[in-house]
Amino acid sequence: MSQFAVGHLSLILLIPLVGAVVLLLIPRQQRQVLLTVSLLFSLAAFVWSMRLFQAFDAGNGDMQFVERVTWMPAFGIAYIVGIDGISLFLVLLTTFLMPLAILASWPVREKIKEYLFFMLVLETGMLGAFVALDLFLFYIFWEVMLVPMYFLIGIWGGARRIYAALKFVVYTMAGSLLMLVAIIYLATRYAHVHQVLTFDLLQLYNLHLPVNEQTWLFLAFALSFAIKVPLFPFHTWLPDAHVEAPTAGSVILAGILLKMGTYGFLRFAIPLFPNAALAMAPVIIALAVIGILYGAAVAMMQADFKKLVAYSSVSHLGFVMLGLFALNIQGIQGGIYQMISHGLSTGALFFLVGMIYDRRHTRMIDDFGGLWQQMPVFSVFLLIVTFASIGLPGLNGFIGEFLILLGAFSVTPGWTAAAACGIILGAIYMLWMLRRLIFGPLTHPENQKLVDLSHRELLILAPIVALILIMGVYPQPFLSRMQPSVDLTLKRIVTSQAAPVATNHGTSGEMKTDGR
Amino acid sequence: MDASLIPLLPGAQVLLTALVVMLLDLFIDEHERGLLAWISLLGLALCGAEAILLWGSSEGTFGDTLLLDNFALFFTQIFIAVAALTVLSSMRYVRETGIHEGEFYSLILFATTGMIVMAAANDLMVFFLGLETMSVAVYVLTGMWRSSARSSEAAMKYFLMGAFATGFLLYGIALIYGATGSTNLNQISAYLLEPQGQWPPYLFVGGLLLLVGFGFKVGAVPFHFWIPDVYEGAPTPVTGFMAVAVKAAAFAAWARILMHELSPLDSDWALPLRVLAIATMTIGNLLAISQPSVKRMLAYSSIAHAGYLLIGIVAGEEWGSTSLLFYLATYAPATFGAFAVITLLTEQDKPKEDYGHFAGLGFKRPFVAMAMSLFMLSLAGFPPLAGFTGKFHIFRSAIIAGHTDLAIIGVLNSLLSVIYYLRVIVMMYMNEGGVKGKSFIESPYLYTAVGLAAAATIYLGVLPMRTLEWSRSAFSSLF
Repeated sequence: MSQFAVGHLSLILLIPLVGAVVLLLIPRQQRQVLLTVSLLFSLAAFVWSMRLFQAFDAGNGDMQFVERVTWMPAFGIAYIVGIDGISLFLVLLTTFLMPLAILASWPVREKIKEYLFFMLVLETGMLGAFVALDLFLFYIFWEVMLVPMYFLIGIWGGARRIYAALKFVVYTMAGSLLMLVAIIYLATRYAHVHQVLTFDLLQLYNLHLPVNEQTWLFLAFALSFAIKVPLFPFHTWLPDAHVEAPTAGSVILAGILLKMGTYGFLRFAIPLFPNAALAMAPVIIALAVIGILYGAAVAMMQADFKKLVAYSSVSHLGFVMLGLFALNIQGIQGGIYQMISHGLSTGALFFLVGMIYDRRHTRMIDDFGGLWQQMPVFSVFLLIVTFASIGLPGLNGFIGEFLILLGAFSVTPGWTAAAACGIILGAIYMLWMLRRLIFGPLTHPENQKLVDLSHRELLILAPIVALILIMGVYPQPFLSRMQPSVDLTLKRIVTSQAAPVATNHGTSGEMKTDGR
Repeated sequence: MDASLIPLLPGAQVLLTALVVMLLDLFIDEHERGLLAWISLLGLALCGAEAILLWGSSEGTFGDTLLLDNFALFFTQIFIAVAALTVLSSMRYVRETGIHEGEFYSLILFATTGMIVMAAANDLMVFFLGLETMSVAVYVLTGMWRSSARSSEAAMKYFLMGAFATGFLLYGIALIYGATGSTNLNQISAYLLEPQGQWPPYLFVGGLLLLVGFGFKVGAVPFHFWIPDVYEGAPTPVTGFMAVAVKAAAFAAWARILMHELSPLDSDWALPLRVLAIATMTIGNLLAISQPSVKRMLAYSSIAHAGYLLIGIVAGEEWGSTSLLFYLATYAPATFGAFAVITLLTEQDKPKEDYGHFAGLGFKRPFVAMAMSLFMLSLAGFPPLAGFTGKFHIFRSAIIAGHTDLAIIGVLNSLLSVIYYLRVIVMMYMNEGGVKGKSFIESPYLYTAVGLAAAATIYLGVLPMRTLEWSRSAFSSLF
């Protein structure tokens, strides 16, 4: 892409940012204009990402559309972006969900200008974290995401929003700051061994450290990602943040931000420190399965619809982690597939929560019942999305879960059996929730005046449900694009085990930096 | 004695401006005194231009007691930039609070002269001369708001504590002179590098006293007690000046004396410095969390930042010193900007510095609040702002020097600091009420100062290379 001044990926990063700046120039009274402009910019990013999807070479597992611009050459820091079969779909998921999230923001009354501004900045931040191939750059995007999300929860959230927002930031930063130390340490070690200072991920892959050093670094990275996923027992920020956030905020949190953690494991923690990852895999698998069962059990007891969906995320993301740490092709592919599926189905569930909350200003499941009679269209969507989330064959959730169990079974049959019980628990709480919400008699008189979905709301849900069906019936276009990149990641793990370990020479004192 | 006057130029320029301002003040009418601020700015701008033109020189004068090298010039640039911002942000403030303008501006300039001498001093006596010129001027500045009891109290406290610290420094200088036979840094260094059996034990006592004196001046724990009261009591623009320029001057002298010339003693004060750094960061941050006033919180935050800077001193060598200089450059705009925003909230000589006074600011004054958020996020170390690049290089230097544990303690401290910096943002954006319509100092110059500080915060975060390069060559010029 070197012939372009601004490459494909940079353009996708720039579009929402430019949109955010344009918003600042529009007076705040022009509500409709503000909303339309931000919708158009997020749609433009989506259209451009579809072109990326077309141009993507499915047979190639390497990084594609790579752009390199020197930034701080004396420190080996560069602007490097690129995508492979793993990040491609996460980029698409982001650009796909963002216009829908903005469409769902129409009912936001207060301070809409700032709200949309933060949404678009957030989009750039998330996309940047998925495409960055320089650890310094990645860290910047990783932290940049935090600020707009903090404002979105803190200003437009529910009653306990300030507490939830601060908890979200402090938890995330606790992990990421230690990751920063690990990043600097890693680059410094690379400079000892290879005499070149660089933060370029693809080069750092070639550094093979002794196992105990790897373990420390892996733990620093893993803590940061585990908090984001969230892996049990680092999940306690999630119910607060998800419940207090405005609808679009919850959708983005569950749909995209949580994937940042699992993506981080797959892109950084595992291939950079493969020996440590292998050594730690049993622990992480155990935590993942505990998370699956714990999340499901807690979700079952929730009286609040939104909290139920929030805890179901803990359970579903446990499956993703189980798949990734099976460290074989089925497990990892299933994990990625499940990331996308979860982004769609949980995103849709949060949209649906928001839609009835807008009507009734309550999210207590007991306040509803018999909605089928009053809101048939809503109920159909809820039904499909819930089934997708349970993992009904023919819908997207099934493929991911099946592949994960397949991959994990060959590694740890015991834990996999326990995880399979989690699927049953998931079916129980989801179906029970359905029964209490939409079936049965319409007992509450307030619910008799409820109106069914508007055109705008249909427009939000229809594309998601369409994708849920497509991914459930025809997974091949997705899996075939992931496979080469997953193969390559696995190959890195295998070669690294065979590679000679970097010696510990020159740990103090002299260090060469490149370019001087 | 062969005495080239060129190395004196930047300092003399500021001194001359100070004298002009002071004299002119006697002859001009009350309502024309605004002119004095412009004269001060002109003088500072000329000094800045001279400093740019002289970049790269390394000339000593008066028997090498004063050395104008890149190190001195780098700090000179920081001092005059902060002094200029202080003048800009005080133009309206001094009228509101009834501070006498002529004296205010000339004292700022005198203090700046002292700092420039401190950064260029190559002799312990000259360093002491600069330090006293600066300190005496700042003592007076602290107490200049005469209708405020807090201000007078702060001045008294500052003076007593400052005099105490001066005593330590002077005693330390005397002992070092006794041991080495010279106050000139080059000769002291030469003495220390001589291969010989024993150094007299009071040399170490002298070094330790010097350390204590510097600890007082930069506000390192446990020598920090004066900082919160003095920073809170002083007129806010002066507080900004103190928190940035005075601190930078003390670090400049510290870096030149302890890190370079006395570096053969490194192994002896590695441990005390480590303890000092850890205590300063941790205690500064912990105490900042519970402060009810933003101004006081910033005072404690400046203590915590002195702790991060000490990591640079502990790390030492090339990267430690470069990142120390760079960190000072990144810390300056955010801290000064934050104090400038507090200045803005002053109403009719009533300061409004509590968290509550920031409530609702986000939607009443979007640009002021946005700037304040930038400053807070930068101080908390969020990328891509100046504070992040500063911390990145400080922690990196610690890791390179093998002090990974210090880097970890440093990042955990940043986490603590997030709690109180974000509280300001919570107040501005997530609480209603607070400031009513006309309660701001409406001054275009003050807004300019805030805007410049915000621009610098972003610039140093996104494009830090040039300043890093300057810091590096400033450090190399010491050798």
